[in-house]
Amino acid sequence: MAERLIKDYSSPGRKGYSLPPLEIPEVDMGDYIKESYFRDELKLPEVSEVDVVRHYTALSELNYGVDSGIYPLGSCTMKYNPKRNEDIARIEGLSQLHPYQDEEDLQGSFEFLYELKRDLAEISGMDEMTLQPASGAHGELTGLLIIREYFEDKGIEKSKVIVPDSAHGTNPASAVMAGFDIVEIESNKDGMVDIDKLKEAVDDKVAALMLTNPNTLGIFEKDIKEIADIIHDAGGLLYYDGANLNAIMGYARPGDMDFDVLHLNLHKTFSTPHGGGGPGSGTVGIKEFLRPYLPRPVLKKDAKNYYWDYDRPKSIGKVHAFYGNYGVLVKAFSYIKTLGGEGLTKTTENAVLNANYMKAKLKEEFLLPYQENSLHEFVLSGVKQKEKGASTLNIAKRLLDYGQYAPTIYFPLVVKEAMMIEPTETENVDTLNRFIETLKKISEEIEKNPELVKNAPHNTSVRKLDEVKAARQPNLRW
Amino acid sequence: MDYVSNTVTERNDMLKEIGVETVEEIFNSIPEEVKLKRGLKVSGGISELFLKDYMKEISEKNSSLVGYTSFLGAGAYDHYVPGIIDHLISRQEFYTAYTPYQAELSQGTLQVIYEYQSMICELTGMSVANASLLDGGSATAEAILMAARISRNKKILLSAGLHPAYREVAHTYGVPKNLDFVKIGLEGTTTNLTELEENLDKDVAAVVVQYPNFYGSIEDMEKIQKLKQQYKKVLLIVVANPIALGLLKSPGEFGADIVTGEGQPLGNTLNYGGPYLGFLSCKDERKYIRQIPGRIAGATEDAEGNVGYVLTLQTREQHIRREKATSNMCTNEALNAAISTIYMATMGKAGLREVAEKSFKKAHYLAEKIDELDKFKVLNMNDFFYEFKVETKLSVKKVLSDLKQEKILGGVNLSRFDEEGILLSVTEKRTKEELDRLVQLMEAM
Repeated sequence: MAERLIKDYSSPGRKGYSLPPLEIPEVDMGDYIKESYFRDELKLPEVSEVDVVRHYTALSELNYGVDSGIYPLGSCTMKYNPKRNEDIARIEGLSQLHPYQDEEDLQGSFEFLYELKRDLAEISGMDEMTLQPASGAHGELTGLLIIREYFEDKGIEKSKVIVPDSAHGTNPASAVMAGFDIVEIESNKDGMVDIDKLKEAVDDKVAALMLTNPNTLGIFEKDIKEIADIIHDAGGLLYYDGANLNAIMGYARPGDMDFDVLHLNLHKTFSTPHGGGGPGSGTVGIKEFLRPYLPRPVLKKDAKNYYWDYDRPKSIGKVHAFYGNYGVLVKAFSYIKTLGGEGLTKTTENAVLNANYMKAKLKEEFLLPYQENSLHEFVLSGVKQKEKGASTLNIAKRLLDYGQYAPTIYFPLVVKEAMMIEPTETENVDTLNRFIETLKKISEEIEKNPELVKNAPHNTSVRKLDEVKAARQPNLRW
Repeated sequence: MDYVSNTVTERNDMLKEIGVETVEEIFNSIPEEVKLKRGLKVSGGISELFLKDYMKEISEKNSSLVGYTSFLGAGAYDHYVPGIIDHLISRQEFYTAYTPYQAELSQGTLQVIYEYQSMICELTGMSVANASLLDGGSATAEAILMAARISRNKKILLSAGLHPAYREVAHTYGVPKNLDFVKIGLEGTTTNLTELEENLDKDVAAVVVQYPNFYGSIEDMEKIQKLKQQYKKVLLIVVANPIALGLLKSPGEFGADIVTGEGQPLGNTLNYGGPYLGFLSCKDERKYIRQIPGRIAGATEDAEGNVGYVLTLQTREQHIRREKATSNMCTNEALNAAISTIYMATMGKAGLREVAEKSFKKAHYLAEKIDELDKFKVLNMNDFFYEFKVETKLSVKKVLSDLKQEKILGGVNLSRFDEEGILLSVTEKRTKEELDRLVQLMEAM
């Protein structure tokens, strides 16, 4: 059932709030502001508190979260978001802090932020982190600006960034924002970086190669050292997209693979909730030689206190008005302290176990385009099913009918009819089996009655939505 | 403690299905030379009780606003947050969901975004809004990049009345795109309009002003509109405080082309600067809509003709357009936008105005009293909204630390922006008693 808009609950004069009294003698605002600066009318809803609660509760019931069930979006790492982290983030002494309070009043928060930086540096094998970027893409931009600033400082002219064709769309988009041109290189038949093509693409104008490892097919780039050498020998740097860190945490570190810069998505590997699209956090790690270029300010510690260092003449500047998504950092820290080094490693082990189990159970029914070993996620192709009349999009919609979320679809672009599946470690074998059975059942349905799948979803609050109409006749507000 | 629930027996069965003896075999695809041969040196592995005690202990090393009366503002404001907000956004269906890729199972998130866009448009007086950007600073930077693409010019006139941190973020984003920033100075606490006029020409991409500005002053929007309109290609970007818009005429009515700003005042906890949300709205013209960054929700129909919502106009975005995208925006601040949506709905037509009015009146009551004191002077008595700049011959540092002894955070010391003075912000939360006490203490200095 559709839920009407909040404005449709309005009744003139209805209120859902109460504010403290004015108390002071009445002030004539006209004494201070010109008449022409006052607004005539503000057309916002006039609703009661109960209206608001009922409406947004009704809307929440049209949604699906990780607590509802499996959320196997590849590259998104939708793992369980522990409730205790939410409680911690709401401790008033941690949350009721103004960004311009004195540093002496914030020593507790600085203490854990400093430890969080150290932990993330240890996990990723880097020398220093900045917590300022507020999303993965924001981290990419920050990392690339650091690279840009480094070369400018050294007086070395660089204009290009190399991106594999299997990369996340944010990689090329971020590199362009950082002022670079993009060179895209094709993957080889095993889904990995084609060394020959990489060699052809590299020249002295290349500032960086951006790589996800394991890549978006879930495959570890086994030639990573050679790749690093090729880039470094040409005077370029290596950038690691941390979206897939859940595959290697505790087993391998990007820093040890000779990556110079990386970002980590704390809302993925470190389990802070994604909030329906955000907030996230895209902390950036760097090797020592890039330290001068970090965004301002840098959290430091002297004999007595923690403090922000603003005196950073070579800094790229700020990328966020304040210090990043602090509230998200509290949750990530709580997560890391709950698990510790051993728990984090066990996380990786089980994420990889779960993904490989699903792959083993599904690779007969669906085409497995790349046979290489995969880690925390894998990519299937729906081409066999497509031939029988239902596309990957249809399969995704049919999954919704069974009350389960769909994988990432049509990505990476190098696989036709792609379904990118990442179960994460917090699902158990029963949940995995249920999902596997559902996918197989849908495949059977395609054999017997493709129309049923083609017209999916049937059981959701709305049927398949017309995206073409939405784009051609935009209706973007009431 | 961890969150893995497969038992040893289950794990062994799973390994058999995979066809390996141990998990380590799967990891063999990682070359030995890059494998980590030791455990991670990360402390932890603690119980919930221990974690809570530990974090409580850490929190006690802070001095939070709970024990203080705060007059801090400068981009982050201590407004009243209705209690229902946290209850509603704590519904797991909202906070544990991903970006609404599967629209049919994400109608809640999508409709919230649609409502958010609608109310942001209403407040700002614009026709199209996106689903949120990362914060006020980066949203201002994105608005500038957008304006440069639309006008195909490179010169950006930044008012010195724009928040210094926003100016810095704008530089960080703009310099790699070869934008040429010109700072327009101040006359008192508002933009020097003679200087603005002198720098305006046909090569300017955008004029960026804040409304009310960093010092709380209301710029002469009528004059700025007139100046800007002399050049057809120049865009006016207004960085607005959404609470003030409850009372003030919308930037749209002053000819703004893009309105952006920080959405934190709309119901978001202070949280030491984030997560907040950047809002961005613009005119309903094809060249604007094609260049807007970030996600947008739109209404459409399902196969049976029922209303439903989807993410739309995605051909602007990175996952489709890659290097040709309008921005790299992917993750935004959806839950903060949901907070702001619920806030705008709860406060509504009368409430938002009342918050703005009460903040305005209390701020003016306080400013008048401070201005009467011998040792303090309010610099922008005649044009501020709910934030004002105070100068004093006393040491600002000492004034603020003496006030802190009395459990008052008496404003932002502008020395952090290499300026002299104090920036005080007064929200509807402050009581007459708190205001009078501050004056009394300042009088005794």
